This record gives sequence, structure tokens and C-alpha cells, in this order.
Amino acid sequence: MRRRTKERLFFMLFRGCAWAVGLALLIIVGYIVVLGIGVISWEFLTEFPRRGFTEGGIFPAIVGTLYLMALVMVIAVPIGVLTAVYISEYQGKSRFAGALRVAVNNLAGVPSIVYGLLGLGMLVFYLNWGFSLLASAMTLAFLVLPLVITASREAIQAVPSSLREASLALGTTKWQTIRHHVLPYSTPGILTGIILSLSRAAGETAPILLTGVVLTKTILPQDVWDTFMAMPFQLYALATRTVFEKTADFQYGTALVLLIMVVLMNLAAIVIRNRYREKYKW
Amino acid sequence: MAYKQRVTARRRKLYDQSVFVILTIVSTFAILVLGAVGGFLLLNAYPAFSQVDQWQFFTGTVWDPTNPIEPLYGMLPLLVATLVVSAISALIAIPIGLGATIYLSEIAHPRIRKIMKPAVEVLAGIPSVVLGFFALTVFAKFVWDLFYPAWRPDDYLNMFNGAVFLAIMMVPIMVSLSEDAMNSVPRSLKEASLALGMTRWETTWKVVIPAARPGIVAAIMLSIGRAVGETMVVVMATGSAPQLTWNPFSSGQPITSTIAIEMGEVAANTPHYYVLFELGLVLFVITFALNYVADWAMRKYSERYQ
Repeated sequence: MRRRTKERLFFMLFRGCAWAVGLALLIIVGYIVVLGIGVISWEFLTEFPRRGFTEGGIFPAIVGTLYLMALVMVIAVPIGVLTAVYISEYQGKSRFAGALRVAVNNLAGVPSIVYGLLGLGMLVFYLNWGFSLLASAMTLAFLVLPLVITASREAIQAVPSSLREASLALGTTKWQTIRHHVLPYSTPGILTGIILSLSRAAGETAPILLTGVVLTKTILPQDVWDTFMAMPFQLYALATRTVFEKTADFQYGTALVLLIMVVLMNLAAIVIRNRYREKYKW
Repeated sequence: MAYKQRVTARRRKLYDQSVFVILTIVSTFAILVLGAVGGFLLLNAYPAFSQVDQWQFFTGTVWDPTNPIEPLYGMLPLLVATLVVSAISALIAIPIGLGATIYLSEIAHPRIRKIMKPAVEVLAGIPSVVLGFFALTVFAKFVWDLFYPAWRPDDYLNMFNGAVFLAIMMVPIMVSLSEDAMNSVPRSLKEASLALGMTRWETTWKVVIPAARPGIVAAIMLSIGRAVGETMVVVMATGSAPQLTWNPFSSGQPITSTIAIEMGEVAANTPHYYVLFELGLVLFVITFALNYVADWAMRKYSERYQ
């Protein structure tokens, strides 16, 4: 009898833990939605800020974040996916592949501010790219690279080897098998990883803080060598460097737009993954 | 005919080999990035080794780099703040994360699991700057007034405040990693235990968790690594006063905060600039070590259950 009571007690405790996590999510998201929803309007999304972030909108910050994401995608996705193909399909046990695996694991644990230092030391000063959109995007690409590689690798390795063997037995070369049989089946998994990585890049602040983001700028960035505005930095800077009462609307509005963007991307990734899990049951 | 076939076969093989070469070249990029992280940290921190008293850097108790007469670069206040913040967040996140994991993987109804798991993933996706913003504008005030007038924290923005939100960032990592570990415990072990008359709790506690221990250790190490390296939450929520104190309810300035705050104000190629890179190097070494332990635990784990 006492064993059962003990069990019930502990299970209740664990249930409490899980609900606490859910509750934390609900409170944080709910609070920002409630206070930010009134701020968002067409004007807020499409105009430049005026009078020290008290009038107008956050258009340049939204555009800056979108530019960043596009550049990160162009840089990190091809490299990440190809590296994942190499790790999982070629030379799985060679010393080079082993080193690669160790490198990817360690890159995943490097703090974002350290990536920022790398961007500052290498891209901004050593390569003389200056504080620029490209330096920030490259820094973020470094940061999400291990995420893209790991997600793609898992998706590729989930394709059963019987499929590869069947294709190879029909006389195709290794690359043909990968291109026409392995990659198509792992596309949903790879896509999930890419979306999650981009949402991570959209929300990161510390790396761009050191490599080229600015708080105010009267025009959109003209090319990749230009400085830029971005939502996460704008939120940080307004929250810590201005009088709260004056820019409160902008802070809640920026937080909400950023949150909506990131959460939507996360949900899309979850939906894609769940769908394909049901579709391909090996 | 046969000749033509041989030619296309040779061409296909050539094509295949060139793909292999391209993939190999592209793959070196990840190794190069890791090398660049270490290399450029060292390169930029190197001048600090001679320009700044290293004994003072590692044992000094005062961080006052902008003092015009005698700048002091003592790392201890920053290191202690990082330790305090990470330790508190670990104390909060590890039990809650483990409890939630056990609930989700062993107890919860599938329908509840279907809602809770995406919720945890969405929580993992919330940008740290948004959490920091919430900590700064809402939670700090909540704690400040919670037990007033009986008690108040020493500072409005304090290390406890940041630690709570670091814990919120750590929990999803804990859950997803330790759930993987618990799910890969062979079913037969669980069933054998239940068949011997153990309750579900006893099975979880005495069979599943010990079997999944290496994976759980890895999960703990990786989430602590995340807390040590997280920047925005501590910049916004713990205040910025580099003072040497173990009191979690006073302001503190962890290593990451210091880099983020001071890098924007410092002139390039000054001792202060180099020292900030050296701080980055310290941070890199700490997270590298945590990662190494996690990696080691995982390897041991995969050896045990093939």
C-alpha cells in the first residue's frame, strides 16, 4: 500500500514539473501578446521609427532581420547539408570524418558571444569587412551551421539502408543513389532543421551586437557592406538604453513581432516533421 | 556498343568521384570554423598576455577596466557571477527538467504528450532577448515586491532574476536530450522489472534512470554549458555591476555580459580590448570542457547499449 502511495506522490510531483514548464510558456507569451497586440498596426509594420522610437514603426528592423535570415540561408544551408551528406554517406569511419564529427559537436556548444568575438576579430577587422550585414550574416551562419548539419544528418540516417542497397544493386553510382533516393526522402527532415536554424538566427542578438547592427538608420541597408537594424537588437537596446515609459509601446511591439515570427517558424517545423513521420514509416 | 557503355560507365564514375572531392572540400569548412574560433580568440587575446598582468587577471578581485589612473582587470568577480548564475539555474532546471521528462516519457497520456512536447519545443525557440526583456520588465518587479515590506532583494536587477530565466532556457534542452536517453532504454528492461512486481515509479527510478544515466549526465552538462554561455538574459536581467559577491540577490556581471557590454565601448587594439578576447577564451575553454564531458558520457552510453 505504501509503495502505491509513494508512486502517486512522485507522479504528482512530476506532473507538477511538466505543468510548470507549460505555465511558464503561457505566462511569458501571453503577457507579451496582451501588451503588444494593441501596438501592432499596418503603420507599425511598414514605417520607419520617428521621434526616438515613439512614433512610426519598425519596418527597417523587420527588413534587417529578413535580410539576415536570407543571407544565413544562402551561406549555411548548402554547406551544412553537403557536410551532413559527407558525414553520413561517405567515409563514415575515416579519421577525417571522426574529426569532423568532433568539430560539429564542439561548434554546437560554443557560446553565441564567442561567435560574436570571432566575427569581430576575423570578419570585421582581419578580413576588413567592416561592421556590416555580411559580417553579421556570416557570424550567424557559423552559429547555425552545426544545427543544420546535425538535423540533416539525422534525417539522412533515418532513411533505411535497404533503400540504398536496392538502388546500388540496380547499378547506380553512389551519388545517383544519394541524389535520387536518399535526399528526396530526407528532405522534410532537412527542411525542419533549416527552419529551426533560421528561427534561431532571427532571434540571436549577441553575435550581431558585435558585428554591425545599429539602433537607428534612416535608410534600408543598400548592400551587404552596409550596417543594418534588426529586431532582437532593437528590443535589447530600447529596453536597456531608453526611458521605459517613453518607448514601452515599441518594446512590446518589437517583442511581439519577433515572437510571432519565431514561434510560427517553430510550429511550421513541428508540423512538417510530424506529417512526414506519419508518411514515411519504415 | 560495348565500347560506348564502357565510356559512359567511366564518365559516371568520374562524375561520382568529383562529387566526392567537392563534398570533402565543403566538409572541411566546419573544421575550419572551429579552428578559426580558437585561432582568432588566441590571436586577439595574445597581446593581453604581455600587456596585462596575468596573475592579476586570474586572481584579481576588482574589475575596473575603465579606471583612467590604474585600470584593474581582475576576472574573479565575473567568474563568480557566472558560477552563481549557472549554479542557481542548474538547481532549478535540472530537477524540473528531469521531472518533466519522466512525466512526458513514462506517465503522460499520449494526448497530453502531443500537446506538451510541441510546447516544450516552442519554449526552446523563444529568443533569449525576449526572455531577458520579460525578466527585466516583469519578473524583476514581481520579485522586488513579492515579500515587501518583510524582505526585498539587495538590488532590483539581481543574479537570481537572471538565473530563473536561464533555467527556463535550460529546461527544454534537458527535456529533449534526457528524453532521448530514456526512450532508448530497451523496453525489455522495463517489462522485466514490471513483471517482477515493481511499481511504475520503482521501475522508472531503479531501472530506467540508471540505464539512461550517461545520457542524462550529457543532458545536464550541455544545458549547464548553455547557461554559462548565454548572454542576452544575463545582460538584461542581472544588472551590470562587476562586484565580487556570492549573494544571488545582488547585482552581478557574468563573463558573457562583460564582453557584450564593454566590447561596444572599447577602442580596438587596446589592453582592454585584448582582455575581453581573453575572457572569450576562458569562456570557450569552460564550454569546451563541459562539452567534452558530455561527449565522453554519450560515448560510454552508446558502448553499453548497442
